[in-house]
Amino acid sequence: MELDFRVPTQHQVQRDWSPYSMNGGTVLALAGEDFAVIASDTRLSEGFQIYSRDYPKTYQLSDNMVLGCCGFHGDVLTVTKNIKSRIKDYEHLHRKKMSCAAVAQRLSVMLYSRRFFPYYAFNILAGLDNEGESVTVGVTNVRSSLVLPVTYYTHTHTHQGEIGLKNQSGAEEVPLSQDKAVALVQDVFSAAAERDIYTGDGLEICVITAAGVDMKRVPLRRD
Amino acid sequence: MAGAVSVEMPRGGFSFELCKRNAALAAAGMKPPTPVKTGTTIAGLIFKDGVVLGADTRATEGSVVADKNCAKIHYMAKNIYCCGAGTAADTEYTTLQISSELELHRLETGRKPRVGTALRMLKQHLFHYQGHIGAYLVLGGVDITGPNLYTVHAHGSTDKLPYVSMGSGSLAAMATFEDRFRPNMDVSVKTFKFGISRKSEKEAVQLVRDAIVAGIFNDLGSGSNVDICIITADKTEYIRPFDVANEKGERTGDYRYARGTTAVLETSVRKFEVTSETVTSAEPMES
Repeated sequence: MELDFRVPTQHQVQRDWSPYSMNGGTVLALAGEDFAVIASDTRLSEGFQIYSRDYPKTYQLSDNMVLGCCGFHGDVLTVTKNIKSRIKDYEHLHRKKMSCAAVAQRLSVMLYSRRFFPYYAFNILAGLDNEGESVTVGVTNVRSSLVLPVTYYTHTHTHQGEIGLKNQSGAEEVPLSQDKAVALVQDVFSAAAERDIYTGDGLEICVITAAGVDMKRVPLRRD
Repeated sequence: MAGAVSVEMPRGGFSFELCKRNAALAAAGMKPPTPVKTGTTIAGLIFKDGVVLGADTRATEGSVVADKNCAKIHYMAKNIYCCGAGTAADTEYTTLQISSELELHRLETGRKPRVGTALRMLKQHLFHYQGHIGAYLVLGGVDITGPNLYTVHAHGSTDKLPYVSMGSGSLAAMATFEDRFRPNMDVSVKTFKFGISRKSEKEAVQLVRDAIVAGIFNDLGSGSNVDICIITADKTEYIRPFDVANEKGERTGDYRYARGTTAVLETSVRKFEVTSETVTSAEPMES
């Protein structure tokens, strides 16, 4: 006789538990000719609660590369930890620094390896390529694990008219200066903090040049 | 009798005639829209001479701030005000309705309305709708019995307490009250801050202000400014905004598009032949 170990139930109950949560935040990056800027706010939150007012979502991977990573904080920690480890492995194996494009490709592979149980992390990689020109590389989670080198790239909500010159005809394209890029990033974040409840407290701006990564902190509204 | 049609007069209140249709649509797979619930901090306390009510001014729709400066302290009567949390439209219309009934009651009786009367009207109205009206209220005022303060939940239950808070920021506000509230805050008591003597009103107002600010900074559903309403036996003061909790970030750049860069999507030119031309001169109007 076969034993039935199943617990008898009157009816099947579907649990709506989810392994994911959303810890908010905005990450943004843009590139000039010989520099890249990547910035994030410093609020970590869930629901109506603030977990931390001082947690930037930018992760320095090398002296000319920064990864912006937001979404579910648990996955953010895992993704950033793993990519740092893979970069180290690469350097030991090949005796050379990992290029920005290579890191982006590795990240893309890492994300796609979890195609059916994805990391809930949204990624932007910014850095300088080996010729000293800047690249900002957007890598999102696996739903679109597409790697695109672009001159500006944003995650979550922002402004496309100013440097993309969208919806304009005959506008003069001037190369973006470093100061203007940083000022633009500040304005974009203070606008986002006005209307998005998950953006605020502070802003960390990383300016990547051949000289290295320069970090800057700016306060944002705290409500 | 022939041909006579009995016309049913429209009755007041909500119409439920679309419920069947909505149920049928839902069965067919349509997702009904959900009402907007706003995150809020509202609070109030009783001090020696009256009550102080406070509210933040942020209205949210999900994670987006819909209104940065909305009014959450509603007028009920000259001596009674009511803070609202929950579904914005429900708090607005419930207080408007009861305020109107209260005014009619005042004219009928020729007496100043009591807070207890407003409370009973609100809770019976809300209980009648079994929680479907999502109004969570803090009701306060001063009447012949003295200062009165209540909370009203959407299902109709009420509490009478010396200090209360409601909304998503209620825990932050209540924590502030639990820490610093003292019954009968008196005239010229020494406050804990620098030991300066202040009037009771000032101390009570400061406490409510701090409770709302706690909600503004620690609850993501609350934000922007603090509104305060002070009701005493002989005077009602509604201060809006009482305090701007945090200043807006200053914009450094100018983001207007350059002149003449508006994108032209399509151009078409049509030619007309002029066949005749008439010129009429306009006469000035006689004054």
